[in-house]
Amino acid sequence: MAEVLQHDVLVVGAGLAGMRAAIAARARGANTAIISKVHPVRSHSNAAQGGINAALLDRGDDWEDHAYDTIKGSDFLGDQDAIEVMCRQAGASLIDMEHMGVTFNRDDDGRLGTRAFGGQRRARTFFVGDFTGQALLHVMFEQLIKSGVQRYEEWFVTALIMEDGQAAGVIALEIRTGELHLIRAKSVILATGGCGRLFEPSTNALIVTGDGMGLVYNAGGQLMDMEMVQYHPTTLAGSGVLISEAARGEGAYLRDKDGNRFMEKYAPNMMELASRDVVSRAEQTEINAGNGVDGCVYLDCTHLGEALIMEKLIQIREIGIDLAGADMIKEPIPIRPGMHYIMGGIKTDIEGRTNLNGVYAAGECANVSVHGGNRLGANSLLDTIVFGERSGNHASEFTRNMDYVEFDANAALNQERRRIQEMLDRPENGDRWSAIRREMGESMNRNVAVFRNEEGIEETIDDLHQLRRRYENVPVHNKGKSFNTDLIFALELGYMLDCADTIAVGALERKESRGAQFRTDYPERNDEEWLHHIVLTKGDGGPVTSELPVTITQWTPEERKY
Amino acid sequence: MDVTIRVKRQDPEADGEGRFPYWQDYPVTIADNATVLDALIQIREDDDGTLSLRCSCRSAICGSCAMRINGHAGLACKTIANTVVQDGVITVEPAGVMPVIKDLVVNFDMFWDKIEAVDPFLKHMGQEPDGEYIVSNDAMLHLSGVTACIMCGACVSDCTVLEVDPTFLGPAALAKAYRFTADPRDGDAAGVSMERLWALSEPTGVWDCTRCNECVQACPKGVAPMDRIMAIREQAIQQGYTNNNGARHTDAFTESVGHSGRLDELRLPIKSVGGFTNMPALMDYMPVAFRALRRGKMPPIAHKNVDNVEAVRRLFRQTEPDPPVPQVSNNSPFG
Repeated sequence: MAEVLQHDVLVVGAGLAGMRAAIAARARGANTAIISKVHPVRSHSNAAQGGINAALLDRGDDWEDHAYDTIKGSDFLGDQDAIEVMCRQAGASLIDMEHMGVTFNRDDDGRLGTRAFGGQRRARTFFVGDFTGQALLHVMFEQLIKSGVQRYEEWFVTALIMEDGQAAGVIALEIRTGELHLIRAKSVILATGGCGRLFEPSTNALIVTGDGMGLVYNAGGQLMDMEMVQYHPTTLAGSGVLISEAARGEGAYLRDKDGNRFMEKYAPNMMELASRDVVSRAEQTEINAGNGVDGCVYLDCTHLGEALIMEKLIQIREIGIDLAGADMIKEPIPIRPGMHYIMGGIKTDIEGRTNLNGVYAAGECANVSVHGGNRLGANSLLDTIVFGERSGNHASEFTRNMDYVEFDANAALNQERRRIQEMLDRPENGDRWSAIRREMGESMNRNVAVFRNEEGIEETIDDLHQLRRRYENVPVHNKGKSFNTDLIFALELGYMLDCADTIAVGALERKESRGAQFRTDYPERNDEEWLHHIVLTKGDGGPVTSELPVTITQWTPEERKY
Repeated sequence: MDVTIRVKRQDPEADGEGRFPYWQDYPVTIADNATVLDALIQIREDDDGTLSLRCSCRSAICGSCAMRINGHAGLACKTIANTVVQDGVITVEPAGVMPVIKDLVVNFDMFWDKIEAVDPFLKHMGQEPDGEYIVSNDAMLHLSGVTACIMCGACVSDCTVLEVDPTFLGPAALAKAYRFTADPRDGDAAGVSMERLWALSEPTGVWDCTRCNECVQACPKGVAPMDRIMAIREQAIQQGYTNNNGARHTDAFTESVGHSGRLDELRLPIKSVGGFTNMPALMDYMPVAFRALRRGKMPPIAHKNVDNVEAVRRLFRQTEPDPPVPQVSNNSPFG
């Protein structure tokens, strides 16, 4: 019998939200561990480029202004109590990160400098060049080292164990050895990030496969607003890699094939800095009307000057050179809207609690909901830190005088071993998980993208049914133990298919246009019938939908113009 | 583009021949602007699911896919295949120095142990301010050039010291250390990180670097670890940490060339270890000295000036206004 692994608080995922949660729980005395399928600094929080929002009172900013911009950005689908919590906490969380050592850019007085970002009336985005996420992630890892949290690095969670309606632990594959382990826990915080790879293409890293959402969904938990998928306005032609909103924040223009700044037609006041859903729709409209080139429009930074680009946009310039052969100092670069982020996720309250007792969620995998129908740029880093910390705090208190749940650990472990062995034993049939994933991604990107309609979404739901049948028989080529990524990708695909189902069903259900959901067959926002969240739970034949009201505190929904 | 990706494979846990390294050729057809990583992903997805590698972001920010491409460490996702193809072939091997787990996946444990060994977190002596620290933008931009490090291990892979001396802290950890020693928020009120500089001047630290420049070449993010190591040496000497072989070596070198215009190879090692008071270290040199003597390579006992030595001295006076002063104190902040 292997040694018993057990922790008061077990955090799954070691990006910003997960590490922040683990550090918070440990600081309150809980025996805390963090488990991640990649080393913490490989996490996708790295990819956040532009910055982190906070309304600093001593700069004359006001958290209520930040809250209003966020609510308007969400197209009034965000829960206003949660948004208030986030925006009030932002300043303190930002200063915490600075004290931990983040090398934020400064103004001339040596104080934290800001840049403008989309959908906001003030420049309140604090930044480290154009690699803010990486800078924050590495500093958070430094603090994790210091904290004494136990780390299970390169362990992949295959199952969330619930016993009598209470979190009891997880089962995880140690990737290096191929051994399956059971880790008992009094509470489990999921911080596994989004599910972007179920779209093809996507700006997301290859590890972003909806693991936490899949785990909760299969354990009977609630997902919410899954139809709200953000297409980022500036992803690079070809590879689809992200080009930060920081470029437009620093003054870059969007131009059509004739050089016109087409945003004049769509957002005469905010222009290129309207919210992301608005800009992406504008681009796609222009591209569809034949005003683009090879499915792209142009991001023009040439007037910003070499000095500014070399100080503040250095990484994205390199990406342009490396991957598109275009130097933004000298020429406009071809970009297009690309799948980037999911506002939807595991339904939580403002403490990070899900509807499953002892299970928490934070970061992109969670839906608190602070982003509603559309997330503002630079609110995601803030979300991870604020709600990561709150989840860690709450989970440590929750487990304080609690015993481990009793259950038959061997039976649970054996059941999971059999499931995985069955996958490894499948006969060769010529199919590949990669082919299924690509077909899923292309179908999603065709029909559940910037513009959607009933016919297209139903086609994708149909595709997903067929792909799932193929998935149930897909063979795994690699039968070995050590670093069997072939097996892991096959397991991840299961999570992705679950998430894809809920996204498509949510998109079909919401018969209006709000935020990132634009239905060409229902082109107007309809507050009368649809100012509510769509909750999805697992039923026999697929996702089952229900409704939850949107929490409105002091900002009444109004028409949205930029 | 048609290209053969020649991968060095190994599965140390396998029973058969696969335990030992072997080369496998994968012919692939890839787009003209595809990266080496695109080719590897295509192989593992469509051709051979047993091929293991780490990768994630595809945009040189996660640090997962460092490996040796045509013999030199780099990120597969940042290397455009058609720029490295040689006679239709690209060779791909796991990163060096670290042991192989499987195929292109290496064990990073020693890498992280070294990072942890430099106390990789901000240590501010005294009270934190209520708001942010007030520091110059230039100071932060300078640091951001170092915090741009993504911990990919390319520098460690190609470090010629680590290849033979696993105790060396190595380029990644020392660059990380510099990120703190150069941070005005770390250390005392003047931003001087005395304890760090002392520890980094010890054996395994900054003086073990041989300045081969491989890490600077390998780094995909322009961090230039060796330059950071040299900067720590400067910081340490400025704070008076000169009671070590490296600092004494630097001083003896400067002193000799500044005085005679050439290196006094006989006295250099003696001065570097601290003079005749350090007999154990000098005894270690004896076998080398005897071998040199036997082969007629012993430097002359009488050290002569070069012709026109005044010109060299004049140069020194112009570039080194304060000639090094030998110091003999124990510089430990704890002692």
